[in-house]
Amino acid sequence: MNARDAIFARIRQTLQTTDASAMETHLARHARGPLPTLSADLVTRFRECATRLESTVAGPLTAAEVPAAIARYLDEQKLPRRVVSWPGMASFDWKSAGVEIETRPARGDDLIGVTGVFCGIAETGTLMLLSGAQTPPTVSLLPETHIALLPVARIVAHMEDGFDLLRKEHGSVPRAINFVSGPSRTADIEQTVTLGAHGPYRVLIILTTG
Amino acid sequence: MQVASGRFKQRAHDGLENPVLRNALLKSQGKFVVTRQQAFDELGNLGELRAAAAAVRDHTLERLDTYLTRFETEVRKAGGEVLWAQTAEDVQRLLHDICARHGVRLAVKSKSMVTEECEVNQALETAGIEVVETDLGEYILQLANEPPSHIVAPVVHKTKEEVAALFERHHGRPRLHDIPALCREAREVLRPKFLAADLGISGANFIIAETGTALIVTNEGNGRLATTLPRVHVAITGIEKVVPTLEDAALLLRLLTRSATGQPITNYVSLLTGPKRASDPDGPEHFYVILVDNGRSKLLGGELQPILRCIRCGACMNHCPVYQNVGGHAYGWVYPGPMGAVLTPSFVGLENARDLPDASTLCGACAAVCPVNIPLPDMLRQLRVQRMEKRLRPWTERAALKLWSWLAARPHIYGIATALAARLLHCFGGKTGLLHRLPFASGWTDGRDLPAPQGHTFRELYKQERQT
Ligand code: SF4
Repeated sequence: MNARDAIFARIRQTLQTTDASAMETHLARHARGPLPTLSADLVTRFRECATRLESTVAGPLTAAEVPAAIARYLDEQKLPRRVVSWPGMASFDWKSAGVEIETRPARGDDLIGVTGVFCGIAETGTLMLLSGAQTPPTVSLLPETHIALLPVARIVAHMEDGFDLLRKEHGSVPRAINFVSGPSRTADIEQTVTLGAHGPYRVLIILTTG
Repeated sequence: MQVASGRFKQRAHDGLENPVLRNALLKSQGKFVVTRQQAFDELGNLGELRAAAAAVRDHTLERLDTYLTRFETEVRKAGGEVLWAQTAEDVQRLLHDICARHGVRLAVKSKSMVTEECEVNQALETAGIEVVETDLGEYILQLANEPPSHIVAPVVHKTKEEVAALFERHHGRPRLHDIPALCREAREVLRPKFLAADLGISGANFIIAETGTALIVTNEGNGRLATTLPRVHVAITGIEKVVPTLEDAALLLRLLTRSATGQPITNYVSLLTGPKRASDPDGPEHFYVILVDNGRSKLLGGELQPILRCIRCGACMNHCPVYQNVGGHAYGWVYPGPMGAVLTPSFVGLENARDLPDASTLCGACAAVCPVNIPLPDMLRQLRVQRMEKRLRPWTERAALKLWSWLAARPHIYGIATALAARLLHCFGGKTGLLHRLPFASGWTDGRDLPAPQGHTFRELYKQERQT
C-alpha cells in the first residue's frame, strides 16, 4: 500500500461518514464567519488601519496628479527618481514629473516599485494584489520602497468581499494572491518591532479617484 | 528533531536555573498577553468567532478524506502536485526526489514547524544541499545550531547581544549593537540566497480545498520571497490543515494573527495556487504540496481529536505559567507549551514523553485563550489516565493511588485512616509543626518543609462545629 492509500485507510477507519454531500453543500455556500462591524466609512477606516500598520496613505488624487506626487515623495525620502512598475502604468505622464520608469518584473537591486492593486480591504487597511502577466508580484516585494495606487472605489469592507470580487471578475484564483499590510517587519529579536525585514521598508498608498 | 521529552524534569530544571531565559520569557509574555487582549477587545465578538472557528475545524476533520481528495484534485488542476508522507522519513525521501529531479543545490526556507518535526534541514544537508533558514529567528537558530523554543517567536530565549555575537562570528563583519542594524545585516546576507536558490520550502498555515491553495502568513516577507523567486516551491504541512473555502480561511486568519502576536493581520498573507501560469512573468515553475500524517490520523475519532483543530497560534504557551518558567526547550521536542504537552506524547509515544502530561498546573489558562476552544487541560488529564493504564508511573505512585481510591470508595474507613494519619503527622511535626521529610513523597519536602497537620481532620472539625 502506498503512503496515500495508507493515510486514507486510517482516516476512513475513524470517520462516521464518507458521504461527500455535506462537503459540496458547504463549499457551494461560501458562508462567511462572524464579521467585525466597521464603524467608519470604508475610506476612513482603510486610511486609519493602514496608517496604524505603518503604511503612509496619501490622496485622494486624480490619475493625472499621481506622477508629480510620487516625484515629491521620492525627493522627500531622498530616493532616486527611478522606479520599476507594472506594464499598465506606462501610460501616466512620468516624463513631465521627471520620473524615470521601467515596466517589468523587479530585480533584487531595484529600489522603488510602483504597482496598482486588485482592491483594498478596509477592515485591516490591507492591499490585495493578484499575480498575472500585467501585475508581476516581484514589483511589490523586492524594492525597498513600495508605492501602490488604490482607486477609492476599489476599497471593500472585508477580505471576504475581496474574494467575492475575485470570483466575479476573474472566475478563478491566480497563482498568487498577496495581501499586503504595511512594510515588512520582524519582532524576532527581543520582541522589538523593526520595520524592513526581507520586503519593503516603506509602503506609500496613494488613493486615487476617477 | 530528536525527541528529548523523556527528560522534561531535568530540562525544566535547566530552564529554571537560566536567569537570561527567565528574564526574556517574562518580558515577552507581558507583550504577548497584552497585545492579544487589545486585539480581541477591538474585535468585540470573540466568543462567536471562536465557536464558528471550532465548528469549521470540526466539520472538516469529520470529513477529512473528502476534503483532502478535493484539495488534491484542485492542486492538480492548477498544475501542481500533492505528495503524501506517512512519516518524517517519507518527507525526507520525497524532498530528495524533488531535489534530484530538478537539480537543486541551494534551498531557502520560510518558517515551518512541520519541517522541524520532519528534520528536513538535516536530511537535505546530508544529501549535499545547502539549506538556508530565512525567517530571522530561524536563521539565528540555524547559526547557533539550536532548536526553536516557541512556535511563533523561535528565539524568544536569546538576547540581542547573543545575536550580535553570532552574526559577528558567522558574517565576518564588525560587531553591531542595535536591533535595526542586525535586521539589515541579515537582509543583506540573505537577499543573495533568495535570488540564487533553486528551491523554496515553506509550510502552510492552511490549505484550501475549494481552490487547491496553500496559505502562508509571514511578517518579514521571506515567505513571499521563498515562494516567488526559486524555480521550485514545496509547501510542507500536516493533513489536518485543510479548510473548505476561502471564507473559512479568512475566519481562521482573523483569530490566528490576533492570538499569535496581537496583529489584526500579518504583513503578508499569501495564497499560492499551482506553479506560474503560461503568461506569468514570475513565480516558480514547479509547485508541490507534501501532506504529512506522522501520527495525526491516529488522533482522529479518539478523545484527543480536538487537538487537531490547533492553528498553531502559540497563545496557550504565552499564557501558561509552566511554559513561562521553564521555556520551550524543556519540552524536548518541536511543540512546546500546553499544545506540545498534548501533541508530543501523541506523536512520539507516551512512553517517550511520560512527564509531559504533568507539565501543567491544570489552571485552565490555555483553554481560556485557545481560539479554537481546545480543552487542553481535559486532554492532559486524559493523558495522565492513559499513562496510569499503561503502567508508565513508578510502582510506588501507582500503589499509593490504588490505596487512595480504595479508601475513597469507603467513607467510613477513609475517616478512620485520615484521622489516624493526621494525628501521626501532627506528632512527627513536633514542636516546630514542620515536616522535613516524607517517605515516598520527597518531591514535597526536598526544597521546603511541609507544615504538619494540626491533629484533626476537616470532617472531625465539621462535626464539632455542627454540634456546637
Ligand atoms: S492549542 Fe489553541 S492556543 Fe495553543 S497553539 Fe493551538 S490553537 Fe493556539
